[in-house]
Amino acid sequence: MIPLSHYLIVGALLFAISIVGIFLNRKNLVIILMAIELLLLAANVNFVAFSHYLEDLSGQVFVFFVLTVAAAEAAIGLAILIVLFRTRRSINVQDLDRLKG
Amino acid sequence: MNRELLYLLVPLSCLVAALLAGFLGSRIGRVNAHRSAIGGVGLAFVLSCLIASDVFSGNHFNGSVYTWAVSGGTRFEIGFLIDPLSAVMMVVVTFVSLMVHIYTIGYMADDPGYTRFFSYIALFTFAMLMLVMSNNFLQLFFGWEGVGLVSYLLIGFWNERESAIRANLKAFLVNRVGDFGFILGIGAVLALFGSLDYQTVFDAAPSFADGTFTGPFGSEWHWMTLICLLLFVGAMGKSAQVPLHVWLPDSMEGPTPISALIHAATMVTAGIFLVARMSPLFELSTTALAVVLLIGALTTLLMAFVALVQTDIKRVVAYSTLSQLGYMTVALGASAYSAAIFHLATHAFFKALLFLAAGSVIIAMHHEQDMRRMGGLRKLMPVTYITCVIGSLALAGIPPFAGFFSKDAIIEAVHHSSTPGAGFAYVAVMIGVVLTAFYSFRLVFMAFHGEERMDAKTRSHLHEPPRVVTIPLVALAVPSILAGLILVDPVMDGSLFGNSVVVSAGPEGLGMTAAGMLAHAPYSAPFWLALTGILLAWVCYSWKPGLPASAAERWPRLYRLLMNKYGFDEFYHWVFADGARGLGHFFWEWGDRRLIDGWMVNGIAGAVGRAAGLVRRIQSGLVYHYAFAMIIGLVGLMSWFLFARGN
Repeated sequence: MIPLSHYLIVGALLFAISIVGIFLNRKNLVIILMAIELLLLAANVNFVAFSHYLEDLSGQVFVFFVLTVAAAEAAIGLAILIVLFRTRRSINVQDLDRLKG
Repeated sequence: MNRELLYLLVPLSCLVAALLAGFLGSRIGRVNAHRSAIGGVGLAFVLSCLIASDVFSGNHFNGSVYTWAVSGGTRFEIGFLIDPLSAVMMVVVTFVSLMVHIYTIGYMADDPGYTRFFSYIALFTFAMLMLVMSNNFLQLFFGWEGVGLVSYLLIGFWNERESAIRANLKAFLVNRVGDFGFILGIGAVLALFGSLDYQTVFDAAPSFADGTFTGPFGSEWHWMTLICLLLFVGAMGKSAQVPLHVWLPDSMEGPTPISALIHAATMVTAGIFLVARMSPLFELSTTALAVVLLIGALTTLLMAFVALVQTDIKRVVAYSTLSQLGYMTVALGASAYSAAIFHLATHAFFKALLFLAAGSVIIAMHHEQDMRRMGGLRKLMPVTYITCVIGSLALAGIPPFAGFFSKDAIIEAVHHSSTPGAGFAYVAVMIGVVLTAFYSFRLVFMAFHGEERMDAKTRSHLHEPPRVVTIPLVALAVPSILAGLILVDPVMDGSLFGNSVVVSAGPEGLGMTAAGMLAHAPYSAPFWLALTGILLAWVCYSWKPGLPASAAERWPRLYRLLMNKYGFDEFYHWVFADGARGLGHFFWEWGDRRLIDGWMVNGIAGAVGRAAGLVRRIQSGLVYHYAFAMIIGLVGLMSWFLFARGN
């Protein structure tokens, strides 16, 4: 029987990887979208693990909601990305600073 | 006829005349404008004479005709108090005003502001009548401010002259100082008595005679002294007493008729009238009387000396007015109220006469006012010469001219007065007699005698002015001769003024009569002092004309002091004008520009701007910076939650 802590460590690692993916990535907006997906999945791992550990199914039900939102978010994110590319001819993250004060 | 309507008609006829000449002047034309003004004032004069004869047959009146406003328990009313005091004032004011109106036709004949001038002098007569006829303090104040306003308008009548603008501003500002004291005095009366009606106040006054109140810093104040001193500050402003006298000589910038009417005969006597009217209050404060006496004596003496060195014909008369107002104030301080009003009345006639005579000379000389360029006018302008000599004799106090009786009454009253400072005042008025005679005959000798010093062009045009100018001169010369002789007996036995002024310590008890005074004159000091003054003037300006110049060289500092009028103007300019400007500049520079603009308005805006400039650097626009801040914040919050709060 794999103990709960192992699942949590995997979730934390996935979370850390995705954070690093957001921060260190300077080039490609697609990688940020992927990192966000990974972030949500890391959260899902924790949900499932706690759901099993606490023997409460509502955690696993919540995972479906998260997956749905993630799918919608991915669709919208890609759509924004395409529009952005059309207007600016670039998806380089470092160039996207139109909100600079 | 209803009395109240009759009384109301006196000031209102002047007001209607003023409005007609003022608003419709350009439509009805110059002739109709002066007809309406003279008609209005003439009607007022006739009615005043009727009222006066009615009053002296014993019909006094005190009542309100109109309630203007009621506030709390205080009623503000328009009312008339017609007693011998106001009757005398009404006759004097309307008579002199009428003469000046007629004279103005000649004096202002070529002036483009002809109708405006008539409107102003009629308005002045209205305000002055409201002042003297009033039965309460508020209406008194209304008239007081009204004559002040018209005085301002008339001093600056030739408003294209810069000196006139400066003079009228000066007159207005100096009068504000006095009026400030006056309105505080009225406020004190209202606070103490709860009423502005003369009769109520005078009836209640004796019960407050020793009333005191605690002022700031625990000091004890005597109510009556405070009220009287504040009212007297107002009187000092209007009646040009030292140190608020500075505006009167400058007011000679106005046309000569108004110098005669306002700045010699009537308006400047408003302060004297005020104190006489308030005599029941002043009698309750010895301190106030002593101050009045002292100020009057100082004015008499200081201004008479300045008159000795003036060369402008109008300014000589102006300084003599100041000095004579000092005489009246001395009489008030010595509780000789009837003598003060007596001198006021006679002075109004002969001073108006002197001014109009000076004006007549000025017309003939084509607006040359410097006496050093006159001389020898005696043969060319006989009517002006004779009337001017009559005025000067009356002013110098030579019997039996009007000034002799009134001045002698004042001197005797001061001599017998027990007010503190009466000794000094007695010496001052005695010296004043010599000086008065000297400067008035200096004017006569310089302008009318001696060699002709004007240029040939002026000389060729010199002639007596038209009849509208000379008739008022003659008309004023008559009372200048007779007014004293006629009035002295009723004034001295107390039957003229009755109880309208307080007669406790006046000259009434001295038993002076016209016959007695005339018989006594050759044995009295003032008569011989006046003769000495005339003789001195003759020596200095007719017999040995070089004498004054060598005297000026001999005592240059004294001469300069007198020429600078003791430096009052410079001192006021330095302290008040420059001081106020300096203070204003200080507040503008430090208060407005630096504190409010610099620190409060622009300072706050600048601080916000600088703070925003710092904060905007955080706003990089890069998503990963924001995400980083979020994560750091999250980590920070979680750490705090777990470790710090955990304990």
